[in-house]
Amino acid sequence: MASFYQWFHRLGAPKSFYFLTGKWLPWLALATGVLLVAGTVWGLGFAPQDAKQGNSYRIIFIHVPAAFLSLAGYYVMAVAGAIGLIWRMKLSFMVMKAAAPLGAALTFVSLFTGALWGKPTWGTYWVWDARITSMLVLFFLYLGVLALQYAYRSGDAANKASAVLALVGTVNIPIIYKSVDWWYTLHQPATLKLTGASTIHPEMLYPLLVMIAAFYCFYALALILATRAEILHRERRTAWVAELDGG
Amino acid sequence: MFQFDSFADFMTMDGHGVYVWVSYLITLVVMVWLLVWPLVASRHTRKAVRRGAARQERFAKPRGSAEEPDG
Repeated sequence: MASFYQWFHRLGAPKSFYFLTGKWLPWLALATGVLLVAGTVWGLGFAPQDAKQGNSYRIIFIHVPAAFLSLAGYYVMAVAGAIGLIWRMKLSFMVMKAAAPLGAALTFVSLFTGALWGKPTWGTYWVWDARITSMLVLFFLYLGVLALQYAYRSGDAANKASAVLALVGTVNIPIIYKSVDWWYTLHQPATLKLTGASTIHPEMLYPLLVMIAAFYCFYALALILATRAEILHRERRTAWVAELDGG
Repeated sequence: MFQFDSFADFMTMDGHGVYVWVSYLITLVVMVWLLVWPLVASRHTRKAVRRGAARQERFAKPRGSAEEPDG
């Protein structure tokens, strides 16, 4: 346990994080690439057609993973903000700052692909349905955290305000999850369930699981890259950054 | 097994092709952007640090030491 704390403590220092993740990046990039290509080819070309929706359902292979990660990413951002507030960890706020545009982009992808899936399936790009509206709220929460980062002259005040907004916004996450059960919505109920059988044919489920794994890897990769960029920027006047090229 | 009879069939997807392909294309663009901007930003920072270091080195040297001594 002591060694874990040591490891965690070292990871908490921006410099150690930078060097440690530098070693992970090639492997993470490789895993992301392989899984993304495999899942995309499988989902687009080899998974069977849907009996009711035809080929338009193939959007599920990016829509569902993007939606998953936009929700999981919100927890990452909120937890990073909480750790920053409680333990005053610099790195934690950097992760929070990196998670905001990433989450906003993935929420945008899930809304956009959802609209394009809705047109041939429901006959409309957009409805003010509980699931879709709560996802739009999520998108604005991400943008709010992002905007607060630039609203203060002091970085410390910006971090605190962003973290508080991120924490308050977590109320929205269970609402998104439960929206398809609580309200009568146009959006179809959850495809994957943690408990009980999923309502999807195995030949469609496997490529979907590959794509979800791919998006998780992608998320980790993008989050680490953005955090490293932020670390370099914040620590640009330190000796170790100067030694990166010269030494 | 591949689900389509021809490449053209794969493109049109019985009329759903536009929706499917545009979805995948936009997703690809967003994902590439998410990976490229931090790399560009990092490179930018490192370049600025290098320039700053070079300038500091110039100022640190005593006057005239950079030039060849006269005759």
